[in-house]
Order: sequence, then C-alpha cells, then structure tokens
Amino acid sequence: MEFDVQHLVELIPEINESFLQTLYMISIALAVAIIFGLPIGILIFITDKGLFLQNGIVNQVLGFIVNMIRSIPFIILLVALIPLTDFLVNTTIGPKAASVPLSVAAIPFFARLVETALRKIDYGVIEAAIAAGGTPWMIIKDVLLPEAKSGIISGITITVVSLVGTSAMAGVVGGGGIGDLAIRFGYYRYDDTIMITTVVILIVFVQLIQLIGDKIAKAVDK
Amino acid sequence: MINIHNLSKIYLTKKGKVKGVDNVSLTINEGEIYGIVGYSGAGKSSLVRCINLLERPTSGIITVDGVDLTTLKSEELRQARLKIGMIFQHFNLVSQKTVFENIAFSLKAAKVPANKINDRVEELLVMVGLSDKRDVFPGQLSGGQKQRVGIARALANNPKVLLCDEATSALDPTTTKSILKLLKKINSELNITIVLITHEMDVVKEVCHRMAIMQNGKVVENGNVYDIFASPNKELTKEFIESVISFELPDAILEKVTGTLVKVVFKGDVAGESVVSDTVQKFAVKGNFLHGSIDYIQDAPLGIFVMELTGDRAEIKEALKYIEERTAHVEVIRHGV
Ligand SMILES: Nc1ncnc2c1ncn2[C@@H]1O[C@H](COP(=O)(O)OP(=O)(O)O)[C@@H](O)[C@H]1O
Ligand SMILES: [Mg+2]
Repeated sequence: MEFDVQHLVELIPEINESFLQTLYMISIALAVAIIFGLPIGILIFITDKGLFLQNGIVNQVLGFIVNMIRSIPFIILLVALIPLTDFLVNTTIGPKAASVPLSVAAIPFFARLVETALRKIDYGVIEAAIAAGGTPWMIIKDVLLPEAKSGIISGITITVVSLVGTSAMAGVVGGGGIGDLAIRFGYYRYDDTIMITTVVILIVFVQLIQLIGDKIAKAVDK
Repeated sequence: MINIHNLSKIYLTKKGKVKGVDNVSLTINEGEIYGIVGYSGAGKSSLVRCINLLERPTSGIITVDGVDLTTLKSEELRQARLKIGMIFQHFNLVSQKTVFENIAFSLKAAKVPANKINDRVEELLVMVGLSDKRDVFPGQLSGGQKQRVGIARALANNPKVLLCDEATSALDPTTTKSILKLLKKINSELNITIVLITHEMDVVKEVCHRMAIMQNGKVVENGNVYDIFASPNKELTKEFIESVISFELPDAILEKVTGTLVKVVFKGDVAGESVVSDTVQKFAVKGNFLHGSIDYIQDAPLGIFVMELTGDRAEIKEALKYIEERTAHVEVIRHGV
C-alpha cells in the first residue's frame, strides 16, 4: 500500500465531481422514494387485517410488488430498467440515468421502513381516534404520521445510507459517483491513494448521515 | 339509552373460537352510571366495545339512542361515534400532539369551524381542570392529567354516552377518586349516560347507580348497586363485595363461637342495634356482636353486622324470622353446635 499525496491533490477535482454525482443520485432517489414510498407504506399498513381501511386485495398486491422489486439484485434491476430509464429521462448513461433504477429500488425499501414505523404505534391510539369519529384521512394525518414521525426519519436515514452503497454500482451505466471512483481507480487500477481516500470519504459521509439522522429523529420526538 | 339484546361476540383465533360475550341482554337507562364488573377476561371490554362498534357483534342487537349501529354505513357510523365518547385504561392520547391538538381532533372530526375550535377546547379544559396544560405534550402529564385530557377529547362533541374501559385501573387510589368525582360531575351536570367497566368493586360502589357482574362472557347478576350490596345472590357477587366490605373474623374468635353465626344487613336508616336489642328481649336468645360496620354506597348507609345468637334452636329460628322482617337481609353463616 502506498499513499501519494501529490497524486491525491491532482485528483481532487475528480473526487469533487464524483462526490457531487453521488449527492445528485442520492437526492433524486431519496425524493422519489419519499414521494412514492411513503404513501405505499401507509397504504400497506392501513389496508392490513384489522386496520381501518382493511382491504385484502390492495394489501396483497402492494406487498407482492414491493417484495418482488426488493428481491431483484440491484445490478440486474439496473440493466433491466434501461428501457424505462430511456423513456423517462431520454438517456441511458450518466448520473441522471442511474437515478432511475436507484429510485425504483429505493421506493419499496423505504415503503417497508414506513410500514415498520407505523406498526410500532400503539394500536390503542389509533382505536381512540376511530372511536372519536376521525376520518381515515384525519387518522393518517393527525395520528399515524405524527406518531411514526421519528421512526420515519430513521427510515430516511437508513435509506440514504443504503443508497450510498447501492449507488456505487451506478458505474455500470456510467453513473459516476464516489463509489464508482473507488471501483475504477482503486479496484481496477490498484490505485491505493484513491481507494483509501474514497473509502475514507464514504465512511465519514455515512457516519455523518447516521449522526444527523439520529439527532433529528430524537429532536422531533416529544 | 342503550339496549343490548342477546348479544354475542365470538373471536376466531388460531386456537379456535373464543366467546368474548355470551348472549348478554342489558338495558342502560338515560342519565345513569352503569357499572360492569368482572375479573380479567370476563368479557367486559368486548361488551363495551360492541356498543360503539370497535368490535362487531357476532349476533344480537345493540341500539344506542334508538339506533342500531350495525346497520349504518361507514360515514353514518362515524357520525354516530361523535355522540359516543370513550376513554381508556391507558388513555391512548397522541403522544406527538399537544393537549390542545388531542382535544381538537374530536372537534375536527365533527367539522367544527376552525374559529370555534379554540373556544370549545378552552371550555373543555376548564371543565376537566387543565387550563394551564393547553400546549403541553402528553409525555409531560401525570396519569390522572392524561385521563382528564382523554375525558375532554371524549366529551368534545357533547356525546350522549360515555364509555369507560377500565378508565381508572392504571391510576393510584387518590387519582382514581378525583377522576371518579369528575365522571360523577359530568353525569349529573351534563346528563351524560356513563357505562363504566372495571375490575374494582370500589369504583362501582363509589359512582354507579346500577351494575352488572360478568363471568365467562355472561352477566351473572345485575341490578341496583345498593340492592346488590345489600343482598347479593351469586357467589361471585359476594366475592366482589367482600373485596370492599370485609366481615372476615379472626380464626381465634371463630373457634370460640358456639352459637349460630349470622350476618345481618340493615338498609338505609334502620337502626341496627335497636332491632337486635328488641329481638333479644322478645325471644329467649342471647346476642353477641362480633363485627359491625356501616358503609356508604354513595350516600346511602348500609349496615352490616356479624353476630352470634345462642339459645334454644326453635327460639333462634323465630328470632331470625323476626330480624328478617325488619332488616334487608339475614344470612346464617354457620349453625350453632
Ligand atoms: N381481539 C380478540 N381476539 C381474540 N380473543 C379476544 C379478543 N379480545 C378479547 N378476546 C377474548 O375474549 C375474552 C374476553 O376478553 P375481554 O372482553 O377483553 O375481557 P375483560 O375486558 O373482561 O378483561 C377473553 O377470553 C379474551 O381472551
Ligand atoms: Mg378489559
């Protein structure tokens, strides 16, 4: 192993760009995961047996789709979704293109985390809201979401951390990003300097996300 | 106000069918506080939850204010629930919302205009004595205060009925008293019919007008609380009464008793001692008081004495007949030797 500071300084612009690409991909995937995963997670929860919008068909169909996507290895999803990617963003290469499969993978992942957070709510609280005559929408807005808020924030943290790892595979479609940089330089070219640097960046990045996520989750809990 | 007719609730579980409520019929009148007592698992919660349809009855009919809730569509059922308040053992407040928001939930459910919600919540907070806790989160409240918020939430839309499922079971005795006092006030001032479920006979004795005792999903005895305390028919009822009014005698005393051991119950203002002294004069028997107390079922006195009668067997029989005529209830605990 060798660490060459001169080499590192030369590559700072490249590292910088990769880092921004990672942020770009993660931000898009996270936003999409929240927009679609949150309602899906809520829907899976409230249509379950014994809940206030119990509906076996909706529950099972959603559960099946979520499980199906989650069981496909990401690298396969990445390739399989190329037509969809092309249709949605008009390109199959680069960070923008990589955001599509990342988003598709993140939706069911986050939806399950939302569902888990909702399951932790004391059922008595939901029941009290039903007894008080609350509408389903009121119960979602004023009971489920506030009570699961802290858990959902933890879910966001877990999703981001998981995306940091998954996005490293985006290199397959030229997505770039810091993980891709580590693979290209560190793994294929035996460039220890870049490998060590990128790995350190990733470690610090993930620690930071977790730290901030935990802080927020705790701060919002009354 | 609430009519329960041949109600059964059967739960289908992995281990088979469980009877929660087994063919219960009860009538709960408007304006009364009705107590339902029983040990854990007796079916009290199942019964009360059928009233606002948190559980769907398997068979039988329940009407609340003349309406059979099982016939309502979901929106109508929601409207009906606005008029049936409910409070719970563990309060079930939304922990991430303030006291104000918890109470406002009920008002929003009733589509009360936003500009009226504030005043109504303030009014409710005054009623339950929590005006200074308006913007506090439930986590910062004591158990009794949480239950007061629960009560305010349940009463927000002026319901006709308030269902209480073990509402004081998680509270200490002093707090229990204060919550019961509040329920009594709500009942008398607002004329709200209260159905109160508990495993504590104290609670019934303190506030209920009429009561039912449940076991294995069935009502074993029901009636006026005072009458049930004065002359319980079923073993289970006696057991519950003895949990609050004890006439247990020490073994050392019991061993010395050779005469007939009787328990005499005096109702209202009948002077117990005078009946006994008359008896002793009229008949050739001797009376010996072993235990005596006057309890108050709400405001009505109920005297219970345990005494030993000695004398000729035939005389004792006559004496008992005489006491029986003049008191509420005489029971021979043990015959003389
Ligand atoms: N949701 C349920 N599923 C299955 N069994 C239940 C359910 N709720 C209550 N039971 C059963 O019904 C019986 C009565 O319970 P419950 O009404 O809670 O009694 P109590 O409130 O008097 O303690 C018990 O045997 C209990 O196990
Ligand atoms: Mg119960």
